Amino acid sequence: MSEFIYLLRNVTKVYDGRCVLRVDYLGIRQGEIFAVVGPSGAGKSTLLRLLNFLEPPTTGHIRFLDAEFNPVQPMPLELRRRVTTVFQRPVLLDRSVWANVTYGLWLRGQRDSDALVQAVLDQVGLAALAHQRARTLSGGEAQRVALARAMVLQPDVLLLDEPTANLDPYNVGLIEDIVRALNRDHGVTVVLVTHNVFQARRLAHRAALLLGGELIEVAEAEVFFQSPRDPRTKAFVRGEMVY
Amino acid sequence: MWQSLVRAIYLILTRDAALMEIVALSLRVTGTALLCSTILGIPLGVFLGLKRFIGRRMVIALMYTGMGFPPVVVGLFVYMLLSRSGPLGRLGWPIIPSLFTPAAMVVAQTIIAFPMVAGFTMAAVMSVDPGLRQQVQALGATPWQTALTILLEARIGVITSIIAGFGSIISEVGAVMMVGGNIEHSTRVLTTAIVLETSKGDFSLAMALGLILLGLAFVTNLSMLRLQGRALDR
Repeated sequence: MSEFIYLLRNVTKVYDGRCVLRVDYLGIRQGEIFAVVGPSGAGKSTLLRLLNFLEPPTTGHIRFLDAEFNPVQPMPLELRRRVTTVFQRPVLLDRSVWANVTYGLWLRGQRDSDALVQAVLDQVGLAALAHQRARTLSGGEAQRVALARAMVLQPDVLLLDEPTANLDPYNVGLIEDIVRALNRDHGVTVVLVTHNVFQARRLAHRAALLLGGELIEVAEAEVFFQSPRDPRTKAFVRGEMVY
Repeated sequence: MWQSLVRAIYLILTRDAALMEIVALSLRVTGTALLCSTILGIPLGVFLGLKRFIGRRMVIALMYTGMGFPPVVVGLFVYMLLSRSGPLGRLGWPIIPSLFTPAAMVVAQTIIAFPMVAGFTMAAVMSVDPGLRQQVQALGATPWQTALTILLEARIGVITSIIAGFGSIISEVGAVMMVGGNIEHSTRVLTTAIVLETSKGDFSLAMALGLILLGLAFVTNLSMLRLQGRALDR
């Protein structure tokens, strides 16, 4: 079996005649934290949508485990359900925290997961708010509900789309710790999309720079952040304007 | 007038047989029409709210036109369809209702209420945060589960659409008069009975029927306000 959980080849995504993503080759390893950094509009969120099989690529192939995802071949539901995303803006159901966290389990017909849900709520520090209406929560609490909702599904891959943007340092630290623990203790592959170079540096094993929809450089975290090959990566990592 | 009002209240309190028969038929016809409108209108509203397809605007324009359709025109349309020389009436199939029956009234009321249920459901579905759809799909929802989740999130708007549909047909008179014929013990409902009793000069019964109709309209609006208030209080 390949070391890569995802393998992307000649992938493009075109909206209204404009190519917003072009990835000739990208492999994401099983059990790693892979950070994709880049400015707004670089195609990071588009890449995550493709990795979550929410929409097909315009051209090219995405291999996930042993299955193929391309413009004419959708990903089977059981494999699609092994991946989930936590978005930048948590959109919660107008129900209790508990109902939100169990929602994905309900979709899968799993009804007897109270112990798991309770454990996850404890882990994200929301056990005391389990029966509160989710829409009354603060931004940080809501994002932790979104994370808990993904965690109870015990996914193989967790996709994070700017998960801590607009959060206070306390919640940022809490969420980063949870992500690290998920990866370390449960072997969850994490793909983190962020424009926050510091966060990518704190969490990632490997990192990539996406600019104008194109992958500029992919490297081990140490190389990527300390001695990148491409001058654009160097500039981005240093916080210089590159777009 | 006071005498008529006292007598009307007496008829209501003593559950006058003629009065109760008319109320029961009204609720049965309107209830059945509302059920049909809900079965047709909610799926259409959800579909129009979630799907983008060629001709969607035209369908929505037709639906909005249906929402403002004068009931008497609907009555004329159903009358022509179901009359013995009409395109459906001449078929003589048992499934096609005859004119001057409660079933014909149900057809007319369904046509009046269904665009309202569909239109308000569509608006409710479209008011749900667009990010929710992507979120539930990312959590592994199938297309049906996605639609159901969005419908549940829009539940207050959907219930309001059903109540609005009920309000539009319980008080309607033109269509049911034309296709029902206001036949005693058969197709006489609250509104048509009020018209008849007033023309006969029996203001007591007309007023009793009017009070019941007002009560139903009040309960309907109160339910709507309660639901909207619950949404507005959030």
